Order: sequence, then C-alpha cells, then structure tokens
Amino acid sequence: MTLTAKWRQWLPYLGIAVVVAYCLAPFYWMLVSSLRRTGDIFSTSLFPSPVSFENYRSVFSPAQGFTRALLNSLIVAGITTAMSLLLATFTAYAMARLEFRFKRLILTLIIATSMFPVVSIVVPLLKLFTDIGWINTYQSMIVPSMSFTLPLAVWNLTTFFRQMPDELEHAAMVDGCTRGQAFRKVIVPLAAPGIFTTAIITFIAAWNEFLIALSMTNKPDMQTATVAISKFSGATTYQTPFGSQMAAGVVVTIPLVVMVLLFQRRIVAGLTAGAAK
Amino acid sequence: MADTAIPPDTAPHELGTAARRRPGRPPAPERPRRRPRSRATAGTGRLAALLVSPTLLVLTIVVLYPTLMALDESLYGPKGLDPKTGFISNTEPFVGLKNYTDIFTQAGDRFWNAFWNTTFFTVVTVSLETVIGVAMALIMHRAFRGRAVVRASILVPWAIPTAISGLLWKWIFNADGIANVLLGHQVLWTADGFSAKIAVVIADVWKTAPFIGLLVLAGLQVIPKEVYEAARLDGASALQQFWRITLPLVKPALLVAVLFRCLDALRMFDLPYILIGAQKGSVETLSMLAQNEASNVRFGPASAYAVLLFLYVFLIALAFVRLLGADLIGGAAGTKKRRSHAVRMPRRRVREVTA
Repeated sequence: MTLTAKWRQWLPYLGIAVVVAYCLAPFYWMLVSSLRRTGDIFSTSLFPSPVSFENYRSVFSPAQGFTRALLNSLIVAGITTAMSLLLATFTAYAMARLEFRFKRLILTLIIATSMFPVVSIVVPLLKLFTDIGWINTYQSMIVPSMSFTLPLAVWNLTTFFRQMPDELEHAAMVDGCTRGQAFRKVIVPLAAPGIFTTAIITFIAAWNEFLIALSMTNKPDMQTATVAISKFSGATTYQTPFGSQMAAGVVVTIPLVVMVLLFQRRIVAGLTAGAAK
Repeated sequence: MADTAIPPDTAPHELGTAARRRPGRPPAPERPRRRPRSRATAGTGRLAALLVSPTLLVLTIVVLYPTLMALDESLYGPKGLDPKTGFISNTEPFVGLKNYTDIFTQAGDRFWNAFWNTTFFTVVTVSLETVIGVAMALIMHRAFRGRAVVRASILVPWAIPTAISGLLWKWIFNADGIANVLLGHQVLWTADGFSAKIAVVIADVWKTAPFIGLLVLAGLQVIPKEVYEAARLDGASALQQFWRITLPLVKPALLVAVLFRCLDALRMFDLPYILIGAQKGSVETLSMLAQNEASNVRFGPASAYAVLLFLYVFLIALAFVRLLGADLIGGAAGTKKRRSHAVRMPRRRVREVTA
C-alpha cells in the first residue's frame, strides 16, 4: 500500500473507466462498424467517416427478409412470455403464500428444470415435431422455450411475492375479501412492477434464444432474428457481410438495452404510484 | 430506489408502510405478524393444487416427457433416410446400449473431444469470470459517483443476445479485424485450432463476467459497514479485510452465481457455433455434438449424447451441493432460514440488473 493520496483518490474512477470500457468497447465497435460503408469496413478509425446507413438499408431490404425475422422473434418471445407469466403468477402466489405438502420439493423441481441443458429436450422434440409436422411453426419454438422461461418466471415472481407484506392481503381479507379477491384487487396491482420486471427478463431470455429456433426451422421465413442474422448472406457471395451483420445486431440489441434501462424508471414509477394511491 | 443500499428489502417495506398508512382506512394491526396460513385447511391444499398444477403440467410436457423420449430414443440406431422423398424411413433398429458403449470405441473420439471441450470451457470461463466479476463488484461497490453509469454499461453485455455477441466477436477476431490490428500480429482466431478456443473463452468471459459482478455486488451491499469499521479498528489491512470479511460474507451469493454459470457453461452452444462454426473439433461442445447429430437425423446417438450431457450437468450440480454446502441451492432444499436467504438472491439480482 504505497499509493499516494492522490492516486487513492483517482483509483476508483480509473476502475470505473476500466469496467465501462470493458463492457462497452466491443458493443461500440459493433455500432461503429455498422455505420461504415462497405468499402471501409476494415477501417480502424474510432469514428465512422463518413457515417453511412448503407448497412441498415441492406438489412431492411426486402431480399434479406429481416423484417419478417424480427416479427417472428416478436411473436415467439411475446407468446412465450405471456404464457409463462400467466402460469407463473398463479404458481408463484401459491409458493409464496400458501402452505401445502411437497411445496419445497415442487419448487426444487421447478427451479432445477431451468438448469436443464436445452439440447436434451431439443433432440427428442425435434424428432417428435418432425413426425407431427410441427417443423417451421411458431409452436415448435414456443413450447420448448417454455422449459426455461417458465421456471425463470416462477422463481422471480415467487421471490417478489414473498417480499410483499402479508398484512396487505390479510387486511383485505379482514375487510371481507375472499383470498381470490385479495389476490386480484390487492396483490396483482401492487405486484405489477414485479410482474413487469419478470416479463422483461423472461422476454429477453426468449428473445435471445438460438438453439431451439435454429433446430426447429429450416425455412427462412420462419426463422427468428438471431438465427436469421447468423445466416445472413451479403450482396457479394465471396465475403461475410460483416457490415450488415453488425447493423442487424445493433437493431436486435438496442431495443433490449433501451427496455432494460427504461424498465428501471418503470419499476420506480410503479412502486410510488402503488403507494400513493 | 436505485441508490438505496439494500434495494430488495427497503422497497417493499416502504410500500407496505405506505399502503398501511393509507388514509381513510383503519390501520392494519402491526403485530403480531401472523400469516393467514394459520387458516390452512383442506381448502388451501386444493387451491394450491389448482394454482400449481398448470405449471407442473406444462413442465411435464416440455421437460419430463422429452427426457423420457430421449432415454428411449437413445436405445435405437441411426435411421435410414429415404433418398427419394427426403423423409425418414420408419424402420429404426433397436440397438440397446450400443449408442452408449460406442463412446468407448473409435466412434467415441468425437464424443470425448466434445466432452473435454465442454469441460475446458466450463473450467476456464467460469474461473476467469469469477475473478473478473468479483473485481468488478468491488470497483462498483467502492464507486459512489458514476455507479449509475457503470450499472447501465454493465447491462449491455448481459442484454446482447449470445448469438449476436458471437457475430460481434467473429468480426473482432476476423483475420483483418480489430483484435489483430491491436495486437499487431496475425492470429487466425476463427480457424479451427487452439486460438479458436481462446476466442470463445474471451467472448464468453466478456458477456458473463459483468453478470457475476452484479450478483456479487448485491452480496456486497448487504454487508454492514460496521463490520469493516470494527476490522479497521482492530488494525486489519485492506487485503485482510477482503480475505477475512468480504469473501466469506459474499460467499453464498458468489457460490450461487458460480453454480449457475457452471451449469450454463456446460450447455454452451450459441457462442462456439456462431463464432467458429459447426463441426469444428477445436470448439465442439456436447450440446453442439448432440444438435449436429440430431439435425443429421441420427436421433439415436444424438439422444445418447443429450442424456450423457444431462447426467454430466446433474453430477456437477450434485457435487457442488455436496462439496460446498447445502445453502447453495438454497432456493429449494436448505433449511428454512437458508432457503429464504437463497431464494432472495435472484430477486436481488433482478433489482441490480434493472436498477
């Protein structure tokens, strides 16, 4: 510990700078590369000059079919999230509030399934879905995705419900609500921020899924965004279209980043609104 | 909210207090904190069954049933492909345990290669991520100003889909890419070789170390400041404080993070598949091997590999729990006190991730 006082003062800021650079530099490179012209894609300047949206135009050109892939991702991730949340809200409520036999065992099993290697269910389901003609359908991606989104949602919601004071529902029930009414009129509105948080996290998990979507589709118009980008072909066949891949990567990632950052504000607003009503 | 020291506990408490103080309502009894569960009756059990069974039903269909199917399927040999129609012919020879015993013959080379790749990636990436993640958490914990900026930026690697980060690193590790320019050296990162392994490790560590950092930061934030003050008064150095206080107290959070990362790394697929490619011996993991066999309609061997991967994951999880203490899976199996502690972990994580 021979650091001078001045060094000690600046060290935390240096640390922060390193962490921020570590996290953002590769992403920044993706952004910069996406804004270069095809001609200077191998340029190493820190700023794209001139800034070109050529790659973005190429990504959204009808030939690429990327808009359709985005829509597919939205449908698959959206339905997966909605179904997982619906089931998980009920289950999590029971886990947090009711006493029943085998509760711990059941919760263990549910959580354990989230650690399950996805490929272990993709292989048999690929065969099953081939046999029943589900390949290239939305349900062939939604159903296997539930295997990891549902445990995730149950877990997040259970911890959220547990943190809500029992007194809330207890008071409602003293005031004459049934348990069902207390759940609907007191718990769900107050838990809205937590449910919303869980929805975002579940959605991101489903949106980022790759293995299932890759295995269950072979038609370009049914591919999700992550799969479609990995199979991008450029205007020229002899080189990987890095520019448009980076542009598509930015398009897929920016909404997630924005959503995560926005959602912080949302949860604060939700909490204060719930308390001030 | 974002700046409270202990996010998970303060907010609901404030919420509860505020709700209880709602004007125009009789104040709810403060104490005793009795749960309505004292009313537990047969009705509660029925309600619980009603609420829990849909989830269990879905998980049975999407997890248990396919697993049993895989077990069954792994006993059958690869099926022939009808060259005219492209459909699979219905005759599938029953071969018993041949798909499993095959891994000990010549045909098993690819399996063992994938097995060692999987193990290598898991050990190396999780070790690096743990060290870097703890360092990040310590930095974030010390930083009072700029914490919001760090949190926002630390979310970026987490939010990028693994498939996209695979492409991003493929671009960085391109022969004429920025990595080689910075190194001033021509390394063929994405060619099939040891450098490909390094590329996968770097890309994976970049994406997941911040995640461990967030989990550990959550653990750090619940350590009372008094503990450090007492240690300072007793003359403990910064290093001693880290080894004797920080690390032991953060251990439960860290172990949960490491277990999750291990289980996640064991099923690694997206990153090597996109960054390097399918059927590349240097980076093929068990997940990639099973998926590749299945997509070539060799469902028998594919199922056997999937079952073996499942067993591997299961054994690692079991070993963790046995070696490192039961509070690890807390969420489920520990004592009640431990359970409540561990179950809160993901909640904290969520808060941290989002705050």
